[in-house]
Amino acid sequence: MKFLFNLGVLLLLIAALLIWVQLPWYGVLALVVVFAAWMAFSLRGRQAASVTGVGISTLRQRLGSSSVVVIGIAGVVGVLVALLAMGEGYSETLSKTGSEDTAIVLRGGSATEVSSVLSHDSIVVIEQAAGIARDKQGKPITSGEIVVAANLPVKGGGPDEEGSVQVRGVGEQAWALRPNAKIIAGRNFQPGMRELVVGQGAQRQFAGLQPGHDVKLGAQTWRVVGVFASGDAYDSEIWGDANVVADTYRRGSSRTSVFVKLTDAKALDTFKAALAGDPRLQVDVDTTVNYFSKQSEGMSKVMRVMGITVGSIMAIGAIFGALNTMFAAVAARAREIATLRAIGFRGVPVVVAVMVETMMLALLGGVVGGLLAWLIFNGWTASTLASGTTGQLAFTFKVTPVLLWEGLKWALAIGFVGGLFPALRAARLPVTTALREL
Amino acid sequence: MKYLHLIWAALFRRKTRTILTLVSIAAAFLLFGMLDAVRISFDQAGKSANGAQRLQTGSKLSFIETLPQGLGEKIATVPGVKSVAYSNWFGGAYQDPHNQVFTFAVSDNYIDQYPEVQVSDDARKAFSNTRIGILVGEKLLEKYHWKVGDQIPLQSNIFPQQDGSKNWTFQIVGVLHPTDQSVAFYGQIILMHWKYFDDAVMKGYNNGQVGWFVTRVKDVNQADQVAKAIDALSANSDHETRTQTEAAATASWMKQLANIGLIVGSIMGAVFFTLLLLTGNTMMQAVRERTSELAVLKTLGFSDRGVLAMVLAESVLLVLLGGVIGIALAAALIPGVSAGSGGFLNLPTVGANSWLLGIALMLAIGLVVGAIPAWRAMRLNIVDALAGR
Repeated sequence: MKFLFNLGVLLLLIAALLIWVQLPWYGVLALVVVFAAWMAFSLRGRQAASVTGVGISTLRQRLGSSSVVVIGIAGVVGVLVALLAMGEGYSETLSKTGSEDTAIVLRGGSATEVSSVLSHDSIVVIEQAAGIARDKQGKPITSGEIVVAANLPVKGGGPDEEGSVQVRGVGEQAWALRPNAKIIAGRNFQPGMRELVVGQGAQRQFAGLQPGHDVKLGAQTWRVVGVFASGDAYDSEIWGDANVVADTYRRGSSRTSVFVKLTDAKALDTFKAALAGDPRLQVDVDTTVNYFSKQSEGMSKVMRVMGITVGSIMAIGAIFGALNTMFAAVAARAREIATLRAIGFRGVPVVVAVMVETMMLALLGGVVGGLLAWLIFNGWTASTLASGTTGQLAFTFKVTPVLLWEGLKWALAIGFVGGLFPALRAARLPVTTALREL
Repeated sequence: MKYLHLIWAALFRRKTRTILTLVSIAAAFLLFGMLDAVRISFDQAGKSANGAQRLQTGSKLSFIETLPQGLGEKIATVPGVKSVAYSNWFGGAYQDPHNQVFTFAVSDNYIDQYPEVQVSDDARKAFSNTRIGILVGEKLLEKYHWKVGDQIPLQSNIFPQQDGSKNWTFQIVGVLHPTDQSVAFYGQIILMHWKYFDDAVMKGYNNGQVGWFVTRVKDVNQADQVAKAIDALSANSDHETRTQTEAAATASWMKQLANIGLIVGSIMGAVFFTLLLLTGNTMMQAVRERTSELAVLKTLGFSDRGVLAMVLAESVLLVLLGGVIGIALAAALIPGVSAGSGGFLNLPTVGANSWLLGIALMLAIGLVVGAIPAWRAMRLNIVDALAGR
């Protein structure tokens, strides 16, 4: 009988947690409203409220052990939110790169820019296709670009320590295609010169990328003349004139990709169809925003899985910590609870009281953990070798409201599990035994 | 040792509490075991006695630039060089262009440079006799349920064949068995003939170029001089090189991938801080509850120091028990994690170093946690304690 009861509770718990995971914020809000109404208007509810009040008023005497619940859960939520914020920041950096009304053309079957090659002839054909917006002079707004990599000394690294940075050779229209990108220091490079403008992320990461300095790409010396900011993945790149970059890297007149401005977002299909119908070409077309978002998929999944795995293991530890604390709390108040039941209180108010107390502690822990993660990690800069690019991609941790909400849900779930079993024990302990207990 | 029984009894005086605490401690050390494995797998990549003998020579400009194959013959003449092999990135994908399989086109002697990657004699023979033959890492073979003898299609996302098709067909002739953690990567890759690749690829795409050279040196201590001499070969040419030991090259890649040490360190900091608090609380409760029992012990003639030692031993034992369970659990789970990550992680099993570090941590945490309760127990006044004051 006891075994069956426990099994039933366990199954119920699992079901409740599964629903909890899926529950949107308005579902939680509705739940809170229903619960508050129950507490305010029904007899049982009012009983529960008063028992809860007694429990909470004694909380101060159990400050030490109650803080275990709060800090344990704060730890879980803090680490979880921080790790998820890393994945979020990474995918956000890539997914806000590009726009709906610009398209990227790669050689057919190429997953990334760097593995694509487009010959000069193809590029000429692509630039004449239908659907491309034109500037005031009637010239199509396109940019044949070449993506390569360069090894540069890392800031703050050892004398021989070099990192890889993505180098993009761009055409004149590159700036028109990327309205986000603005020169913030120095000036733009001059076509035909060995001059570079560097993204602000790249400048933070690599040594010697100040305007006026010279850097060596292989055996050649280039001059940094400006810094640009775009707030997305381009920030981690350095740009130069496509012809000069191609020359340095012995690529002749071929390019890796063509960026085009479409007349509007709907023109993609026209443009795509035009290229697909041309027998001289074998290319893939996508909007730039799609292309860059796709690059982040694998890595953000890995980061998310890592966050949830670490979070889950920590959550198990925290659940048992909470169980411990609440069992001790219930044991300390065994007589008091038994007295309540002896004078006619039923089990439900007792269970509710213990649960509410635990969940409040958990909520506090969740808030503290989320706040800490936000204070410490929001805006923290990190970098990794992104898939699909040839250089380091700098990104900042993003602690979003959605992640904080997720952290709070975790906290409440831990509090729920940690409070349930002690609450049940409190309600099921035979009154006579409990009264006799010292 | 004599009092182990007593300490044990005290520890399990309240079974529920002790077991709940043990699970929390075990969870913390489970995490420690796994994260330490991640850290070590990043740390150790490329670091081995064999790895120290190998130099990697790539283009100074960047890792995507190629070098002429003929440079290999010049490198072979550099004093101190034992043998030279080369390799090229092929960029293979299986079934779906986004489903990447690390594939390299390598010289015939490439696998000889890696004695810690085991390849059977039959497989070697078959490889050298089969133009379209490939050697496949054991993990990869398992993942796609391939068998030796199978013909498999691979797409290259860079290189078309002469007829313009990017679909290549290869025949599996052998398996790569990495025997050391530092070369675990070889369990996940495919090696094909560079010669076949260079012949079959569409004109203008490779032109006899290789991605990098792998050189074995005769004497590890001369590796730096040899590296400098190799780079001097192509100084001021249009294909300058940069030569590093394998360990240095891998470490630089890993560092660019992620600052794993920092991530692991901060997670473990948060975990152990929480753990300290949790176990500390348990021990406080345990000692507070037993005030009168401890007084009885003292009455029986146990010295103050003896009581101190017993409480400390109890807390150390508690953390040790939980910790050992946790790390053992990590050791049991790690192979599953490696398999589940689909080749992204190659975690070593929990090694002696991790165990030592873990046990040192357990002892330290146990002592810190037990310090205050033990101090209290030592200062306990028999009369007050027995009177319940």
